[in-house]
Amino acid sequence: MSRSRTGRIGSFLLAKPESTIAIAALVLAAYFALTNDAFLTTANIRIVSQYLIATAILATGQTMLLISGEIDLSMGNVYFMTPFLVFFAMEAGLPLPLAVLVGVLGAGLVGVLNAAITISAGIPSFIVTLAMGFIINGFTLNISDAFPKRAPSTGVASDVFGGAAFSGLAWVLVIVVLMHIVLTKTRWGVYTIAIGGNKTGAREAGVPSTHIRMRNFVVAAMLAGFAGVIEGIRVGSFDPGAGVAGTRVFEAVAAAVIGGTILTGGAGTVIGAFLGALVLAILKDGLVLSGVSSFTFTMVLGVAIIVAMVLNAIAAKARIRSQSVRL
Amino acid sequence: MNVAAPNGEVIRAEGIGKSYGAVVALRDVTMRLGRGEVLGLIGDDGAGKSTLIKILTGFHAPDEGALFIDGEEVKLRSVSHARELGIETVYQDLALIDQLPVYLNMNLNKEAVRRPLPFLDKRKMRAEAKAHLDDMGVRIPSVDTEVGFLSGGQRQAVAIARAVYSDAKVILLDEPLAAMGAKESAIIIDLILELRQRKDVSMILIAHNFAQVIEVCDRVNLLQHGRITYERAVGETSVRELTDLVSAEYRGRGSRSDDASH
Repeated sequence: MSRSRTGRIGSFLLAKPESTIAIAALVLAAYFALTNDAFLTTANIRIVSQYLIATAILATGQTMLLISGEIDLSMGNVYFMTPFLVFFAMEAGLPLPLAVLVGVLGAGLVGVLNAAITISAGIPSFIVTLAMGFIINGFTLNISDAFPKRAPSTGVASDVFGGAAFSGLAWVLVIVVLMHIVLTKTRWGVYTIAIGGNKTGAREAGVPSTHIRMRNFVVAAMLAGFAGVIEGIRVGSFDPGAGVAGTRVFEAVAAAVIGGTILTGGAGTVIGAFLGALVLAILKDGLVLSGVSSFTFTMVLGVAIIVAMVLNAIAAKARIRSQSVRL
Repeated sequence: MNVAAPNGEVIRAEGIGKSYGAVVALRDVTMRLGRGEVLGLIGDDGAGKSTLIKILTGFHAPDEGALFIDGEEVKLRSVSHARELGIETVYQDLALIDQLPVYLNMNLNKEAVRRPLPFLDKRKMRAEAKAHLDDMGVRIPSVDTEVGFLSGGQRQAVAIARAVYSDAKVILLDEPLAAMGAKESAIIIDLILELRQRKDVSMILIAHNFAQVIEVCDRVNLLQHGRITYERAVGETSVRELTDLVSAEYRGRGSRSDDASH
């Protein structure tokens, strides 16, 4: 079979699963830039970055779990719980950085519980974390009396943890790069893929599967808690978020899936999840600029997920074809 | 009946018995595996082949009998204990990860890692995996190919090569030739013959195709109802004899007229 130039370009694009979604993000950005003068202004790029922060950080942790064949549906609730842990730690006299540490460790504890129950009882994490979400939601409403609290807004520490312009985006980039390295360059990453790809086989080959699964649950919960804190400090208030925790989780899953992570485990990338979150942020912002109501946004979001999935499926088939040609 | 094992014994099992509740899976099984030898283990389904393999890999503890490795009596505590002693198993499911490239599968759980930052040394693993596969004559498109894209024979070959790569001195092959076409089987048979020639690893091969057993094995043991009922060097037996032995107990059970109508 002779391979045309377009074929070669095609296989270059297919070589990295993330490339499809990167192109989608560029095309969307170009479209909104051409149709709306306000899109490429600094003020608007800042708004896009704000839309991006929470979803991208949650999606990073969720992606590690999805690759290992698990899911955490309690992430949204941990996201809303953790700022209150920070708040009460500060009430108790701790400075903000230490309070953030306490909050993130508290979030990690939820991850430990999720992992311990999932692994020891052999119950699907879908069910365990669904239940955990309810528990955490009730806990958050109890400790907050269902009222928002003022977030710390003065001092260098509050600037660092989300207060300053683009500090949230800086955290996103640091977390994405770190977790990308973990997934692609360390044993942790290889084992995460191995467990998600073939749980029995990984164990037979001696992969420390309990340890790695535990680690991914804890990291996902800690990232969710941290995202909640920096987003709360950015908007200036810690909100119990009753009723919207589910949306937080599902936008993160959507970002991961749009970015090429598959729900059955064994495949996915952190960069893809970041790009998926970026596409969602550009879409949300572009639609708002175009005067589309937020009611319509969720419709567009749904359509976008389906379109992305269909494109991913087509790209995956083409990848398999190009692989078999090479064999 | 006893055929002397060449170059001493790697494994000797004496008087092994194992029951599951009322079901007796193995009774008084005595067998041995010589250094560099390929032993064929044949027998009908349910004869106890899998149970015997699981005892040799430390998965099950025997109820009776003793196990000697390199002449020393050992009680295998676990699969990883057996692995530490150099006994590797290639399971039927192969324990390969489809989504990982060949070289990472080859190095699974023994990845080369750089210092001081514990990043994977992919270049080293790639090069070593490639050298090892080339050395063993295993042909695959590239060590970067995801295992999911390999054929059944190539996957089996990678799994066997991985066991050898981990410095195993005994490899237990659980029906490596089952459900494989002629071309796929040929890849595996060549690989086993290559390993047999080198003599640095001993193998126990469970198989149903007696022509293949005679082709690749030095010696053959027949398990029937939990006992070893037959032991012979392959040069002293034939496909016909092995077939008759295995199927003898079922012969003549159906009505003669039925048989004639076929």
